[in-house]
Amino acid sequence: MTKTGTPLVEMRDISISFGGIKAVDHVTIDLYPGEVVGLLGHNGAGKSTLIKCLSGAYQKDAGQIFINGEPVEINNPRDARAQNIETIYQTLALADNLDAASNLFLGREIVSAMGFVDESKMESETRKIMARLNPNFRKFAVPVSALSGGQRQSVAIARAVYFNARILIMDEPTAALGPHETQMVSELIQELKAQGLGIFLIEHDIHNVMKLCDRASVMKNGQLVGTVNVADVTDEDLLSMIILGKKPAKAA
Amino acid sequence: MTEAPPPMTARAPSADQHLGPVARFLRATEIDTRLLGMAGALLLIWVGFHLYGAIFNGFGAFLTPRNLWNLSVQTSSIGIMACGMVLIIVTRNIDLSVGAMLGVTAMVMGILQVEILPDYLGLGHPAIWIITVVVGMTLGTAIGCLHGWLIAYRGIPSFIVTLGGLLIWRGSAFLAAGGKTISPVDQTFALLGGGPYGAVGATGSWIVGILGCLGVLWMLRAGRVNRHKHEFPQRPMWAEAFLAAIGCGAIIGAALLVNSYPWPVGILKQYYERQGLPVPEGVFISHGFAIPVLILITVGILMTILMTRTRFGRYVFAIGGNPEAATLAGINTRWMTLKIFALMGMLAGLSGAVASARLNSATNALGVFDELYVIAAAVIGGTSLAGGIGTIYGAIMGALVFQSLQTGMVLIGFDTAVQQIVVGCVLVLAVYLDNFYRSRSK
Ligand SMILES: Nc1ncnc2c1ncn2[C@@H]1O[C@H](COP(=O)(O)OP(=O)(O)OP(=O)(O)O)[C@@H](O)[C@H]1O
Ligand SMILES: [Mg+2]
Repeated sequence: MTKTGTPLVEMRDISISFGGIKAVDHVTIDLYPGEVVGLLGHNGAGKSTLIKCLSGAYQKDAGQIFINGEPVEINNPRDARAQNIETIYQTLALADNLDAASNLFLGREIVSAMGFVDESKMESETRKIMARLNPNFRKFAVPVSALSGGQRQSVAIARAVYFNARILIMDEPTAALGPHETQMVSELIQELKAQGLGIFLIEHDIHNVMKLCDRASVMKNGQLVGTVNVADVTDEDLLSMIILGKKPAKAA
Repeated sequence: MTEAPPPMTARAPSADQHLGPVARFLRATEIDTRLLGMAGALLLIWVGFHLYGAIFNGFGAFLTPRNLWNLSVQTSSIGIMACGMVLIIVTRNIDLSVGAMLGVTAMVMGILQVEILPDYLGLGHPAIWIITVVVGMTLGTAIGCLHGWLIAYRGIPSFIVTLGGLLIWRGSAFLAAGGKTISPVDQTFALLGGGPYGAVGATGSWIVGILGCLGVLWMLRAGRVNRHKHEFPQRPMWAEAFLAAIGCGAIIGAALLVNSYPWPVGILKQYYERQGLPVPEGVFISHGFAIPVLILITVGILMTILMTRTRFGRYVFAIGGNPEAATLAGINTRWMTLKIFALMGMLAGLSGAVASARLNSATNALGVFDELYVIAAAVIGGTSLAGGIGTIYGAIMGALVFQSLQTGMVLIGFDTAVQQIVVGCVLVLAVYLDNFYRSRSK
């Protein structure tokens, strides 16, 4: 599958370092509407750091970000949200002392005409979206600290999906999920993709990558090894890219 | 994204049959057990001191209208500041400077209304107290802003900033008046501190009481309407009735209590003399709710609305629960921190007005150790030093528990050293019990 036209997102020549360590070193990746791009690499390769530059959690040291071909400045998470970029962080980024609804709407609470937070409305909206993502979810009235890892993950996923994202960043969204829930997330990704969203998916499971992604960008030690069309490569090709850091000869 | 409405069953309090009657009662009424615990502790303290006095001193002085009325007034100043301290501690900060802020704002207000404003407006001008309070609260806000800025934007730990502030503002208060005591304060201003004239009287108290009862009923009704709208299960009717009875009962009881505390003879004489009348035979003039208590209640209600009904309050809790998550959710945590400290400063200024009005003077001792009492009140009231957890009503209850202990020990004649030891023990014990309770309830 070859993409043409303007990419939804282009991150061009992004660099960021912490102290002396170049966590991301001149990396360029892009994403088209209705496409899932997998971000692969060993632990500490710089995947999370790269996408945090897009989500506004970090400020890149160098490079440019284009949305629909327009250069944009993303200096904080609010800027990213304003561009309809939603993120599921690897750490989930939930406030443990708040319940699912409060976390889902954190920073974007539903308020009444008087400016007061409409707690019931938020809870009922949360029930609706959770019924779809994780029908077994029942713990609406307790702080998320009382939830299991997978339940917490579904709250984080619900938060990213609820607000009609155009660009979705998922950093290991199924790491804590059971097989059934993982299956549901796979279906969700396919459904969102069909709706025309662009999705960056960070995922260690090659099998899932082969199944869900259109293209895969592989990173090693902060640098981009290369981007391949998933249809053109085998699991072994991807694995060797991750481990050896070399692009297979046949894939362009 | 459209989907079928989900089944609303998760919250239904129906599968409770296996619970004991107490648990079922608590579940149905949705009463916060922590609040219940604190009310119990308070009752224990009150009855304990009363009985101790009755048995060992031959006179139980605690459960008298006079003592309880005084207790309410004494709680006000600490209680007002404890409301602000909740926000500070919930966001994982601390403010050690509240007593010193109280001191310096009270001193500036004292100088302003005693030495400056009368020269321009004339002694006893009705605008004096308003200007004074506004200036005092503005000064407090400004100091709080400075603290908040240093903490949020300059990265200095709040412990250090406010420890510095404690020394700086205490010293500034002393320098401002050259170590003198400033008195007497403006007559209208003095009403903010309570006293026989600084209370709303019998009729006023009934008006306050009726408004309070209407408020309780309105809240219960609004709750039902809201649950109905979103198809959440309702509390059983008997539980609603019970809550209404408890709420209104407490308010009416308080009104009866403050109305049964009469003006003392000296005040009666003064009052009638001013009108050129003799004191009528058998006259009974009630104190009613003291103005500082009404100020505390107003602050408590406003702060509760702020914390539970506004975005600002949500962000306070979110920052306390996970500062990183709050930032990633687009919350400007620095700006929030600055605002929270500014709010604390404003409340310290208000408290400074109440405390100096009560004393009828601004002294250098005003607010000394208050930071400890305020922090203790918040913590006893269930605010977690680990952040993320705390309630305004808890902090006010904490202040009341704390003040009850102090008052009780004074009444039965413990000396200061023993008082300190007891208060210290209670603080540690309260936090221990709270931790214990929390770990059990998880
Ligand atoms: N805030 C930070 N401060 C200092 N170093 C950081 C920070 N964030 C990331 N790093 C470093 O940057 C490098 C890349 O980290 P990153 O989290 O992006 O890896 P990753 O590819 O997401 O790995 P994983 O698969 O384990 O999630 C690591 O060496 C990490 O130690
Ligand atoms: Mg990562």
